[in-house]
Amino acid sequence: MTTTPVSPAIATNKRPVTTQRLGSWLIYLVVSLYFLIPLAATFYWSLRGKKDVLSFEAYRKLFADTSFLPAFSQSIINAIATIFLCLLIVVPTAYWVTLRLPKLRPVVEFITLLPFVIPAVVLVFGIIRLYSAPPLLFTATYNSSRVVLICVYVCLSFPYMFRSVDNGLRAIDVRTLTEAAQSLGANWVTILFRVIFPNLRVALLSGALLTFAIVIGELTIALYMAQHTLGPYMSDLTRSKVYEPSAMAIVAFAITWAAMGIIDFVGRGASRQAQKTEAE
Amino acid sequence: MKSNTNNSRSVNSTVGGAKRPPRIPIGHWLGVLPFFVFSGMFLIAPTLVLAYRSLEGPEGGLTLDNYRQLASDTVMNSYGMSIKISLTTAILGGLIGFVIAWVVSMGGLPPRFRLITTTFSGVAANFAGVPLATAYVFTLGRVGLVTALFKMFGVNLYKTGFSLYSFFGLTLVYLYFQIPLMVLTILPALDGLKREWREAAENLGATQIQYWRYVALPVLTPSILGTMILLFGNSFGAHATAYALTGGLFDLATLLIGRQISGDVLHNPGLGYAVAMGMVFIMAFSIFIYSILQRRSERWLK
Repeated sequence: MTTTPVSPAIATNKRPVTTQRLGSWLIYLVVSLYFLIPLAATFYWSLRGKKDVLSFEAYRKLFADTSFLPAFSQSIINAIATIFLCLLIVVPTAYWVTLRLPKLRPVVEFITLLPFVIPAVVLVFGIIRLYSAPPLLFTATYNSSRVVLICVYVCLSFPYMFRSVDNGLRAIDVRTLTEAAQSLGANWVTILFRVIFPNLRVALLSGALLTFAIVIGELTIALYMAQHTLGPYMSDLTRSKVYEPSAMAIVAFAITWAAMGIIDFVGRGASRQAQKTEAE
Repeated sequence: MKSNTNNSRSVNSTVGGAKRPPRIPIGHWLGVLPFFVFSGMFLIAPTLVLAYRSLEGPEGGLTLDNYRQLASDTVMNSYGMSIKISLTTAILGGLIGFVIAWVVSMGGLPPRFRLITTTFSGVAANFAGVPLATAYVFTLGRVGLVTALFKMFGVNLYKTGFSLYSFFGLTLVYLYFQIPLMVLTILPALDGLKREWREAAENLGATQIQYWRYVALPVLTPSILGTMILLFGNSFGAHATAYALTGGLFDLATLLIGRQISGDVLHNPGLGYAVAMGMVFIMAFSIFIYSILQRRSERWLK
């Protein structure tokens, strides 16, 4: 294209390309506005906590609220517990399914689709129905309900975690690594914790952060299980306060952004490293 | 493609032949056992319990009464609104998301914008729920910033019939997570379009429109349709955003379930369970179609 002499055909061809690029920019701009305006408006309101001046008063009040930190820390602990439990369950499963029991793969993949098929609002009533009466009275106290909540979160995270781990396993040669470790005398626990886990760092981290982003502000299940986590707290806040909800929304957005940003950053570093080792 | 499957098969068979275990040790099942226990206890059993309860009458005994009541006006209105919003946001979100994916991948924007767009899409697709509802209240609610701006120019949005707490408002809110989901899912499909196809089409004298009409779009159609169905399910099962926005009082299937089962006024658990099963059925159907279409599109795009 560049070496051919300029002919009328190419000259006319060129104009649509520039208008096309202009059109692209225009579309991108309009859609960006749709996404940025709500954030800008919320941020603006969050600065209006003090009369007539812009200030971070709403944020200060939010963090000073006596029920904010308990709800926040409870959600963080729930999220971390979910992540660890989910990793402990999904990594062996994905590993076994890849290496030892490939026949089970369709079944496992089907089950990891279930959280998309069963809406949260349906699932939570099933949980309450099943576990809030003898013989399976698991929701008798607040803390036992909390354990059930975490277990439900673990199941809801299966799709994200399984896909991350499965992609990670595909990227490394599991079989060779396993056989090498075995011939050096390692047992299964050593293989999992000292060979497979470290090699899956990036995949595990992205699965974990995605789980974190989803669990931290979850509303539906926590609400009907009467848990005092961040989701129900935020929902109450919108009804009782004026400026704090906007500060809360901005904080929630920042948390999601941080989780996604780290996934991108780590993922890109890993692929660059992979290219490097491949080049060598 | 063909050689590929042959390859993997031969690799599998040699490996399987070399070290076929005489028996499956119990230890191998232990690795997958926790997964099945958890999904059995916290996904499958609760759903089966609801399915069973939905068939139970007020005095016990199996009956289809609850399902017959699905035909009532309240239920039909809620299902209707859920389907209307899901269809609208799936189609609109699908189209806009596709255009954005196209713009950042081949529309002539600097590559940096693609990266910004995918990261932001990851954030926005997971931003649903209370914070999203809050953001919209501060934007287009009665005292929202944009509402106030319109007022400054002499337009009272809420007197023109607009409301954030209506079909139109909810559609606007849902698109905030629907468009990014479309972008994230369709970008890999766009990347799968091979350069050679375009070059071949151009060499045969096809215009750009002809290339899209006869080559690119037919290849992409299963992906686009499949993702739109995924968006449909995504919006159909959404509860938190609508709950936070309307306090649970809007006519939506997910909100109706909450009101029927735990609610104060309508309280009729049996009907709630039937509504829930109806939802599961619709979701299962949409995920099923999605996976079929996804498999079809993999034929070309891998």
